[in-house]
Amino acid sequence: MSGFVELWLYLSATPLFGLTATLVVYVAAHGAYTRLGQAPWANPVLWSVLALALLLLATGTPYEAYFSGAQFIHVLLGPAVVALAWPLWQRRAELRSRPVALAAAALVGGGAAVAVAVGLGWALGLPVPLLASLAPKGSTAPVAMGVAGTLGGEPALAAVFAVLTGLVGAVLAKPVLDALKLRRPEVRGFALGTAAHGIGAARAWQVHPAAGAYAALGLSLQVLLAALLLPLLLPPLLRLL
Amino acid sequence: MRALQGLALLLLAQSAGELLVRALRLPLPGPVLGLGLVLALLAWAPARRLVAAPVEAAAEGLLAHLSLLFVPLGVGVIAHLGLLGGHALALALVVLVSTLAGLAVTGLVLQALWREPPPPLPPAEAAP
Repeated sequence: MSGFVELWLYLSATPLFGLTATLVVYVAAHGAYTRLGQAPWANPVLWSVLALALLLLATGTPYEAYFSGAQFIHVLLGPAVVALAWPLWQRRAELRSRPVALAAAALVGGGAAVAVAVGLGWALGLPVPLLASLAPKGSTAPVAMGVAGTLGGEPALAAVFAVLTGLVGAVLAKPVLDALKLRRPEVRGFALGTAAHGIGAARAWQVHPAAGAYAALGLSLQVLLAALLLPLLLPPLLRLL
Repeated sequence: MRALQGLALLLLAQSAGELLVRALRLPLPGPVLGLGLVLALLAWAPARRLVAAPVEAAAEGLLAHLSLLFVPLGVGVIAHLGLLGGHALALALVVLVSTLAGLAVTGLVLQALWREPPPPLPPAEAAP
């Protein structure tokens, strides 16, 4: 038994553990997701994250030890964001044909999410630094961290809210959009990318290529809007609260 | 090999983006600027012939497994849930309601403004 513990301590201290665990758990979660007909509640990010968190908790492995291996996957998020240029380029003619509709939906939809987050948070009595960390949660985690910092929020919390937002959006988009009778894959994808950034876009991408491309556009526009408009518009509002 | 060339290109674009962001103190993340640089390369005909196929190969590989890339960050989020402290319930409600509002409003606005692009003129009518 002590031999096993020693072996475990050795393994969990090497980068091999985090990388292997992430891939094995994700492959299993994705297999289940495919078998369940890509049901939104079976979202592979959600279940992989929960399973890995449980594994870390059960084995007493610190997150830092896990991340020393998982960072090799994490680092690919950057080039993946750059790679969104490809679906945008492929559909450039179509996207150019409706600039007003797309810009209006990005501005009003993204604005509604920020307004509801800050307004409801304020009504529930949350302190201002928490509101500042909530405001940029609709853009992807790295952007949300940077913007929250400039707004006087807490970057680590902003990342937490951004990831939770992505998961909520990816899991609940189908029932919400179905209830509103929004059937076009382009509209559904754009809503997912706008409200649930990369995690939503990943879901859109799995379901429909057109939805994926529109989700890529929705998420890029939110990143631009969050980075350019929030630092201008939000501080005066937060000072009033 | 194509996909590797493409990955190298994407990483170069991201690095250029990070450099520009730091040099010019732009309020944007490096990868988003990198995305803009790749779009500019694709739009510029002499560069397009060189970059289009590799970028396509790398993008299809990366984007097909986009959800995997969020897993390490997500695990960190669970590890940091303790930061939410006494406000956990209010915060959960805020995240839930605001995300649903964002989905619904974005979808409804885009659907309301959606127009199919006009069909091209038939050649018989275009000719005098």
